Amino acid sequence: MVTGPAGGVASSELLQNYRPLPGLHDEMMMPSGELRPPWRVFGDLLAQCSPSDIQSRHKTAQQLLHDHGVTYNIFDDAVGTSRPWALDLIPHIVASSEAEQVAQGIDQRSRLLDTILRDLYGPQRIIKEGWLPSALLHANPGFLRPLAGLVPPGGRFLHVAGCDLVRTEDGAWRVLADRTQVPGGQGYALENRIILSNVFPEEFNASRVQRLAAYFDVERETFRSLAPGRRAAPTILMLTPGPRDETYFEHAFKARYLGFPLVMSADLTVRDRRVHLKTLEGLRRVDVVLRSLDDLQCDPLEMHADASQGIPGMIEAWRSGGVALCNGLGTGLVETPALHPFLPGLCRHLLGEQLKLPCVPTWWCGQQKQLNMVLSDPQKWVLKEAFVRGARDPIFLGKIDEKSRTEALDRLKAAPHRWVAQEMLRLSTTPTWTGDRLEPRSLVWRTFALHQGGSYTMMPGGLSRVSPHVEGRVVTMRSGGISKDTWVLSDGPIATRPVAQSQPIIIRPARPPSAVPSRVADHLFWLGRYAERLEQTIRVLRTTLQRVSGEVTEIQTRELQSCLTLMEEAHLIPANLAPADIRPSIHELINDPKRESGVRQLVSSVRYNAAAARDRLSDDTWRLFNKIESDASPSLPPLKVSQALIALDTLILDLAAFSGMQIENMTHGHGWRFLEIGRRLERAIFTTPLIRAATIAAGMRDESVLGPLLEICDSTMTYRRLHFARPQLVQTAYLLFQDPSNPRSVAYQVERLVERLSELPVDPHRGSETSQVSRMQEILALVKSPNLPAWAAAQHLAAEALPEICTTVVEQLESLSSTLTENYFSHAVRKVR
Amino acid sequence: MRYHIIHRTTYTYDSPVTVSHYLARLLPRPLANQECPWHELLIRPEPIERSLRTDYFGNHSVYFEIEGAHQQLEVIARSLVDIRPPPAFDPAQTPAWEKIRDRFTADTVGIDYSPAEFRFSSALIQTAPVFADYAMPSFPPSRPIAEGVISLNHRINTEFVFDSTATDLATPISKVMEQRRGVCQDFAQVMIACLRSIGLPARYVSGYLETRPPPGKPRLVGADASHAWVAAWCGEKLGWLDADPTNDVLPNERHITAAWGRDFSDVSPLRGVTLGAGEQRLQVAVDVLPSDDG
Repeated sequence: MVTGPAGGVASSELLQNYRPLPGLHDEMMMPSGELRPPWRVFGDLLAQCSPSDIQSRHKTAQQLLHDHGVTYNIFDDAVGTSRPWALDLIPHIVASSEAEQVAQGIDQRSRLLDTILRDLYGPQRIIKEGWLPSALLHANPGFLRPLAGLVPPGGRFLHVAGCDLVRTEDGAWRVLADRTQVPGGQGYALENRIILSNVFPEEFNASRVQRLAAYFDVERETFRSLAPGRRAAPTILMLTPGPRDETYFEHAFKARYLGFPLVMSADLTVRDRRVHLKTLEGLRRVDVVLRSLDDLQCDPLEMHADASQGIPGMIEAWRSGGVALCNGLGTGLVETPALHPFLPGLCRHLLGEQLKLPCVPTWWCGQQKQLNMVLSDPQKWVLKEAFVRGARDPIFLGKIDEKSRTEALDRLKAAPHRWVAQEMLRLSTTPTWTGDRLEPRSLVWRTFALHQGGSYTMMPGGLSRVSPHVEGRVVTMRSGGISKDTWVLSDGPIATRPVAQSQPIIIRPARPPSAVPSRVADHLFWLGRYAERLEQTIRVLRTTLQRVSGEVTEIQTRELQSCLTLMEEAHLIPANLAPADIRPSIHELINDPKRESGVRQLVSSVRYNAAAARDRLSDDTWRLFNKIESDASPSLPPLKVSQALIALDTLILDLAAFSGMQIENMTHGHGWRFLEIGRRLERAIFTTPLIRAATIAAGMRDESVLGPLLEICDSTMTYRRLHFARPQLVQTAYLLFQDPSNPRSVAYQVERLVERLSELPVDPHRGSETSQVSRMQEILALVKSPNLPAWAAAQHLAAEALPEICTTVVEQLESLSSTLTENYFSHAVRKVR
Repeated sequence: MRYHIIHRTTYTYDSPVTVSHYLARLLPRPLANQECPWHELLIRPEPIERSLRTDYFGNHSVYFEIEGAHQQLEVIARSLVDIRPPPAFDPAQTPAWEKIRDRFTADTVGIDYSPAEFRFSSALIQTAPVFADYAMPSFPPSRPIAEGVISLNHRINTEFVFDSTATDLATPISKVMEQRRGVCQDFAQVMIACLRSIGLPARYVSGYLETRPPPGKPRLVGADASHAWVAAWCGEKLGWLDADPTNDVLPNERHITAAWGRDFSDVSPLRGVTLGAGEQRLQVAVDVLPSDDG
């Protein structure tokens, strides 16, 4: 890792070549070319760095992002479109006095917005008394009428407030937008900090940057304190829309950092007007839900929305005080920029204070005078939709052609209340690394504030973003923006508890290890099955491929034919494949992402299930999945056999590393048990038919199948050590089917399954566990039933008896797999305890 | 007039439902000319939780949860309703429609003025120029508002075809407007869109219709199911004027109001979310019987 200036060679090349844009406020450099005070320490270090040094640190940062699997999904229609998180390694630096001033403004603003929410969902005095036009409330789809009259548990709607700030030409910070529904970005802010403090360890310390850890400690406490009735060990969950959401990485990351389980809508259910988590052991009462679902998605019963997300009855549960929601529902109401012009008056009226942090000048076109002002000189203005969250596509009336402008103005005139107008802003710039130099880019700083005891504490940092181009007008991650770490400097001593443990250790004795949501267990089960299926498939492919090329002997030809028989049995190729199609078929199985049961498809199934259980997997494990994905997708034009073999070898080692981590690094709780059950089941279900096919073939005096079979089952060495001879049917079948000491044998898998199943939680309302265990014991007895060693001298007896037993074993294992799924994952009739 | 109303809803599921949550708005709300002296809500299987509240629009709504495998849900609402005809009025004497419209600009509505709420787009009703264009022939300059509403009510009745196969609950009103076919819910929502698109407040009313015609009067459409119509704001003096475009009438004592809101989604008589259902079949039967002791 790069740690300091390259060889102490001083060069101020970077700073000399940096040119702030004329007339704009630059965060680092004054018009005179001097550095602003908070930048002096970092600037000195920059002055000592050469461009190549910065570039090498940039690469380190990118590597860390890749290893941590930090992503931001632009399209939420498929898992495969997650793209790496864009992080610039030059931080946004804020002086402590300035941050303190901003923090006061943020505290006031958050108190104000919460007061407004309580009024609008309550007595609506600010409407009745004329402080706010009623249309602004009534036309806003964010005003959720089912919540009217509701008093949230704890009395507050807003617990965490996000706020986008920009610095205008006069050097003052102003509010561009509020994020009150689901203030995203805290997890990314933390991840950015972890990366930057790794890339600039000395600079970070020398600059006296305020740490983030304390803020997250407060956050954890805030959530605990929200639990209705203040139960001693409240169940607190983080609710995410799922792996397809654009910021899923952040949900999983934050859940793990704070130590709260990550759940999806399907994990929760409302019974007796209380929210419950469906766990392996039954329903568990939930006290606090940190939701990353939008207001309108939270309850399909009371809100007109599609029912694929949300928890029916959630609003009723909240209304009756049974659960605390963070943020409260309905908070999207105050995200509208149409509120901005009324805030100074509301602040005086409601809080008796002058508004400390002004908004960027904004006019709501629902008012006649303001509308006329926009219509009289349209080119001056930027139009934004007042009630669409995030107002993603501002219309720059001065920058579009006449026809588009006329259309925009027609839409404005048809429904003026749906629009706000802002003057064109000239945002401050900050240096951003472009690969060979620093360039000024427009800056937006998202702050976060947390409620605690009547006021809001600002995170000493935040998520800063810059435009992808010089003088970019729109700064959002969605439109290709680049994020930055935010360094708030300290005047005094800094608490140095590091935030940067990549795997925080959080001790929660209050939570028994069994609180595994059923859905997570489901994904871990399938993760186990797919990872194992992937490994077996690769072994089959590798064994076959080794016989496709090279010197062709008669044995090799016969063994290749046997391999094809085994591939057929594993449903990898159709029956009677023409010799010319063998190589293309194998190539497809390895490289074609669309090939069913192919390596690429299996890898993406592994990835999907791993992502859905992301908060249960360590960072190292996650890194490994990233590696598996890139190792599986070289997608070079038709691979040479030797290259393909190398690729398959690498994947087998990756998967071996995963199973090693599974055994050595994962807590052996119920989640782990389901992963293990999935793996053992799959191995038995995959291997048994191969043994069956080989037995049939060998019974017809074709023993060439036994070599490849032993190889696929990774038992060649064991066999040789035991028998020093060419493989024989009975000995091979014993080793692979019955030998309890061979970790690849069917009997070994079934014995482990008996153990794991008997450790699973018993639900008193179901009472079927014993039957699962006893069914598994019956399968074990069946596997052990043929007296194979006794048949050593009479191979044909084995060939006659074994195939049928194999068929029955597979059928029973499959049926047990379905029973498990029904019992533990689908939650049939469950009683509330 | 006194009615005995029986509203029976039956859901039959292909596979057993394990948990379900419902909201019912089946209790007729009290009005100046309507009372509900008796009401009963029967739910089978018996819910584990049931709570009654008054919603944002003043409708009665009942929340209930059903747990335990069931393949059928039956909800029977029975009510006695007394209703008197609304007072007579002269449409020609109502204010010019522009006066109503202009009463509602952002700068003038600062006070709590409840009709203002019903001018805007809602979940199922998006205002658009196409609705304004359709409405305009009924609203020439200075026409008294009630006359305009009656004219629009009449035009939708004559220019749209009642066709229960043309739409379902998910059909957007733009499609209804295009094909000029639908059922009472569609006609009501189109008429509301027309009124709102020219700046007039209009709300959605759900309720019931007497099915037996009085001697000499035609049988009204919409029997055997719940019905829907429109109320348009006609100024402080007259207040909300009900209009039923499906039947081209101004409701009097044969329309029984159950609930109102911005559109169907605010007032659906029974809304439920079930877990693990598979296909479901819905049967609704409504009887509105003039009661002898009324």
